[in-house]
Amino acid sequence: MGTPARVVARGLGVRHPSRRAWAVTGVDLVVEPGERVLLTGASGAGKSTLLAALAGILDAEGAEVTGELTVDGGDPQAARGRLGLLAQDPDSQLVMTRAGDDVAFGLENAGLPAAEIWPRVDEALAAVGFPYGRDRPTQALSGGEKQRLVLAGVLARRPGLLLLDEPTAQLDPPGAALVRSAVARVTADRSATTIVVDHDAGPWLALVDRVVEVVPGGLVEHGPDWRPASRTAGLHLPPATDGPVLLTAQAAGFTYRGSATPALPPTTVVLRGGRALAVTGPNGAGKSTLALLLAGLRAPTTGGVDAAEDLAAGVRRGHREPHRWRAGELVSRIGTVFQHPEQQFLTGRLRDELALGPLRSGEHATAARVTAEELLERLGLTAFADANPYTLSGGQQRRLSVATALATAPRVLVLDEPTFGQDAATWRELVTLLAEQRARGCAVAVVTHDADLVGALADDRLSLEPRAL
Amino acid sequence: MTSLALGPAVGTRLGRINPVAQLGAIGVVTLVLLTSLDVVTPAVVVAAELCLLPAAGLTSPWDLWRRTWPLLVGATSVGVVNVLLSDDAGVVTGVGLGLRVVGLALPGVLLVATTDPVRLADALTLHWRVSTRFAFGALAALRLVPLLIAEFESVRLARRARGVEAGRNPVARARLLGGIVFTLLVGAVRRGSRLATAMDARGFDSGIPRTNARGSRLYRRDAVFVAGTVVVCAAAVTLSVLTGAWDPVFVG
Repeated sequence: MGTPARVVARGLGVRHPSRRAWAVTGVDLVVEPGERVLLTGASGAGKSTLLAALAGILDAEGAEVTGELTVDGGDPQAARGRLGLLAQDPDSQLVMTRAGDDVAFGLENAGLPAAEIWPRVDEALAAVGFPYGRDRPTQALSGGEKQRLVLAGVLARRPGLLLLDEPTAQLDPPGAALVRSAVARVTADRSATTIVVDHDAGPWLALVDRVVEVVPGGLVEHGPDWRPASRTAGLHLPPATDGPVLLTAQAAGFTYRGSATPALPPTTVVLRGGRALAVTGPNGAGKSTLALLLAGLRAPTTGGVDAAEDLAAGVRRGHREPHRWRAGELVSRIGTVFQHPEQQFLTGRLRDELALGPLRSGEHATAARVTAEELLERLGLTAFADANPYTLSGGQQRRLSVATALATAPRVLVLDEPTFGQDAATWRELVTLLAEQRARGCAVAVVTHDADLVGALADDRLSLEPRAL
Repeated sequence: MTSLALGPAVGTRLGRINPVAQLGAIGVVTLVLLTSLDVVTPAVVVAAELCLLPAAGLTSPWDLWRRTWPLLVGATSVGVVNVLLSDDAGVVTGVGLGLRVVGLALPGVLLVATTDPVRLADALTLHWRVSTRFAFGALAALRLVPLLIAEFESVRLARRARGVEAGRNPVARARLLGGIVFTLLVGAVRRGSRLATAMDARGFDSGIPRTNARGSRLYRRDAVFVAGTVVVCAAAVTLSVLTGAWDPVFVG
């Protein structure tokens, strides 16, 4: 087994190149060998920066560093061979096409003789509870299974310092539970010093010895009884109103060309103005496909999706099916927010991004500008009006993508996992924003795994069943 | 979908031939097909290649079509364009050129269809001393291709949701496609750099000589395969010369 590393930071400050503000300052932290520490804090507090510093990858970025940071008494960069890193996105961490080969990858890099590699591969796969054999193709794994596999690949190298960077942020709740139980198993013997970074502290509390929060100006150490504030506490949302039916899916289903099983079996659901519908269910049940059908982005292959007369008013040739509307007609009637905000950005400035929808729906340029400025103001993004959307933080990007959908004041809003990976502050802001839309008579449909969101917002619920194989 | 994204069939007979032996055979075939302009040589070579299809597990016509349609379309257009545009090229020359394109590209299709890319990287690094940085870097990048294809559709739909679509105007279509490709590239660069960080963290290219856990052994069957290819090519050339069709490129 590896020997656990000792981490010491004194007065550490980091400033990224071409930024005026320091990402973190005044960080004092000692992590003893074998300790398991949770590093939490709001979005943008500097957690990722600290992690990059520990991983020894700041120099490559050309960041300015003050104070002192050591791993086992030396420069973190020198200790990189002793480092194990598990990041968010499993797809950008796997290299090989088969599970066993992927775990072996890191051992081959370390120059281990082939005869020693396979026993260690099997040991690591067993340690994380990987349920398949070495020959399992990596592309046949679920997100949670992939993360377990990446963890096995990291552990096989017997790191002294294990860094986990929001390892469950892109997983559904069962996948996240899989990863946490694997982490619990492999860190129990304290053969590695473990630092978990996550804004969502709750699920990790049972797995760590200490909780440290990154705040402006330094760190705050929390006591053993500390619990994160509930994100729903004291949340007062404007209530639902009873509006007319705006959109109906009648036995609407979707099957990809060439596929034997439907991505979405025939589903019937009604969207009413002033009410919020939550669509839940396991991965692969067709939630996102239903969102695309309701949003008029795909045509159902069975059944139909029809807009109420009121919503379809003014559409060319009076089409009632949203998928037959022109994009310009669609954008002022149904607003859609995708799971990955960056896929929806089209311009180089926030200001233009928000004005785009209104312009496309035929609004006058001056009116579109005014709408954009108002939304910037409301979301607290005015300071970034001329910034490129890609340069925003994850939470800011999410708020912007919701705002772009609101800019045309659509009467139907369809959102796919809007709260995924968001910290408590952004979460509350998003939920409030959606409730306000509901209060003004908008029909809101959210596809989500987030039980808090369902509890706080949903007036109607639709649970899609796991697909029978 | 391209043949690249379909991935290798598992457990085919051709797949048991070491990838470097397959590449060596491809080299022999390429050399022979590029020296003559006749129709007999490529006809014999293509016939021999077609005999390998069952060994590559490509027996269903649908499977075969999925993997080769871009190639067949390309070969047909090369043949037709040459017949139509060249003064002295007859139908026979056109057919010869089309067959030549098929003969050159089909082995590549067979290699991709039967070979796990990891085995290819193993063979290249172990037998031909290709740099591990290049081979395994390319391998990691290859894994991202199917993700990119799925993302294309997602980005296209996201644009429609923002009120942007091209309709029937070809200029608008081209601009829209350009925008989508740009968004995909930005995403690919970001994912690529995350992947590089992850590989780095697992000690990739850290200066330690890399070992290989799977190895890549050459067997007698690999030598037989290359020798067989040489025999078939020699037979093709002999037949071509005997029938008087031989038309070497370099002699004029």
